[in-house]
Amino acid sequence: MTGPILCLERIKVTYDGMLVLDASFFEVHEGQTLAVIGPNGAGKSTLLRLLGFLERPTEGRVLFRGQPVSSCGNLLTVRRRMASVFQEPLLTDGTVEGNVALGLRLRRVDSTEVSRRVQESMAMLGIGHLATRRTRTLSGGEAQRVSLARALVLDPEVFLLDEPFAALDPPTREGLLLDLKAILDKRRISTIFVTHDRNEALALGDRVAVMIGGRVLQVDTPERVFAEPINEEVARFVGIETILRGHVQSVSQGLATVEVPGWTLEVAGPLTPGERVLVCLRPEEITLFPRGAVLSTSSARNQLCGRVIRHLPAGPTYQVTIDCGVLIVATVTRQSWEQLGLQDGAEVIAAFKATAPHVIHCV
Amino acid sequence: MELIWQGITQAVLLLVHGDPEVLRIMLLSLQISGIATLLSLLIGIPIGTILALSRFPGRGIAISLVNTGMGLPPVVVGLFVSIFLWRSGPLGFLELLYTPTAMILAQLVIAAPVVTGLTVAAIQQLNPRLRMQLVGLGASRLQVVYLLLKEARLPLLAALMAGFGAVISEIGASMMVGGNIYRQTRVLTTATVLETSRGNFDMAIALSLLLLLLTFGVNVTLTWIQQRGRTP
Repeated sequence: MTGPILCLERIKVTYDGMLVLDASFFEVHEGQTLAVIGPNGAGKSTLLRLLGFLERPTEGRVLFRGQPVSSCGNLLTVRRRMASVFQEPLLTDGTVEGNVALGLRLRRVDSTEVSRRVQESMAMLGIGHLATRRTRTLSGGEAQRVSLARALVLDPEVFLLDEPFAALDPPTREGLLLDLKAILDKRRISTIFVTHDRNEALALGDRVAVMIGGRVLQVDTPERVFAEPINEEVARFVGIETILRGHVQSVSQGLATVEVPGWTLEVAGPLTPGERVLVCLRPEEITLFPRGAVLSTSSARNQLCGRVIRHLPAGPTYQVTIDCGVLIVATVTRQSWEQLGLQDGAEVIAAFKATAPHVIHCV
Repeated sequence: MELIWQGITQAVLLLVHGDPEVLRIMLLSLQISGIATLLSLLIGIPIGTILALSRFPGRGIAISLVNTGMGLPPVVVGLFVSIFLWRSGPLGFLELLYTPTAMILAQLVIAAPVVTGLTVAAIQQLNPRLRMQLVGLGASRLQVVYLLLKEARLPLLAALMAGFGAVISEIGASMMVGGNIYRQTRVLTTATVLETSRGNFDMAIALSLLLLLLTFGVNVTLTWIQQRGRTP
């Protein structure tokens, strides 16, 4: 990977005096897909528009290949080296073919070249058979494929995607996501992909940026962001349901004893006695056993007794909340739920390994 | 009732035999209102586009003024255009009063706010994100405007129909600035009034039927163009 293709410096964006984006420094690396995730209203789309030079910041500047971009100079030239796809396909009235050709015609590309590239792009997105169809007769998935083909036909240096799958049904979304991933893996276009869906970010992102409240809180590989969030806000957003406040009592041979309300936990990791920490546990790291089961202490050093207070269906699993004095959330397959004879009110043991928790050091 | 029936019969005969006077009046009406509508498009579409797409202080007031102008009474327009073109008026030196040009000017004042207001509405009914999408695909400012107008072409045709409808059917302004002069400024509406006042109901009915046919014909053509684009 080479240097940054886009860089934000000391950026602030305010709408009617309200700060919606505050990014002191942010880079997008060439050839990588950067997934920007965060809850609604986090400022993700504003960030994307700034990176695409579709909006001007209130303060700070955006650099393209190290150079500032000005509205009276190279703005149009730089914009023409990029392409955007939004949540709505936003196709113009006319045929699919005409829409895919739109960006090339705006650039006054030779008509033979337009025809060749349009055919190629439509074939890549699997919409060749729709070439002469009117855009208003397309389904949501087909329309979004046209929108992607219209952007990719431009062979952009920067590809901006703002929640392109948000309005699609799950099977359509999955199909399109797989196709897009294959295209991005093959062409290595520098891509910024905004989504509120963690799974989409995991599937597409080479790096993931987590935005909350207008600030970029963490930028890292997907594995690190999801396994090692830097603070409680990020942890909650990336799906860590159980976050226990505690302090380190002692450390011995890389194993720390951490006091949390009502329990003493054993946690692996570089910790210092006396420091305050957040112990983060992903639901899938916790195993449930019926009360009275005999467990080996070597595999699951932490065993907390409690009572199931609720269970929510989540696809093929249940998300089970256990009151152990502290609330712990675990994931259990429907099959295990039945086999263990679990129900709301049942007494259980929530067990997890010392290496399972991610520990956040409190400042 | 008999009077009406007799009038209609004679009117049809007048039309079928192609009465030269009736045809002259019809062509002049079409010419004056057609030119006024075309000019109103040249003025109204750019102004409407700017009002719909730009943000500037006083924009809201400007749109309100345009919307008010859409209901401008033709008599009031006739009065002020007459004052301006009067021999001692600010534009009196042009000697345009009681000429077809004066009628075109008056009709332009009536049609331009209609076209402007409907252009604003036509562009504003487009998805506001479309503009950003076009910019995101590399469209220049002029290309964005062109593409948005192209997307709004169906409601813009409605603006054209409304503009033409407003001027072909008005009488107050044409009468005041044109004077209903025989073979010079006599149009379908003013001639209908004159023939009615003379008691020539057959001629009046013929003229009004022609006015209806003309309006219908123009609107059918424009509607056909408009709806042709809607067929999947």
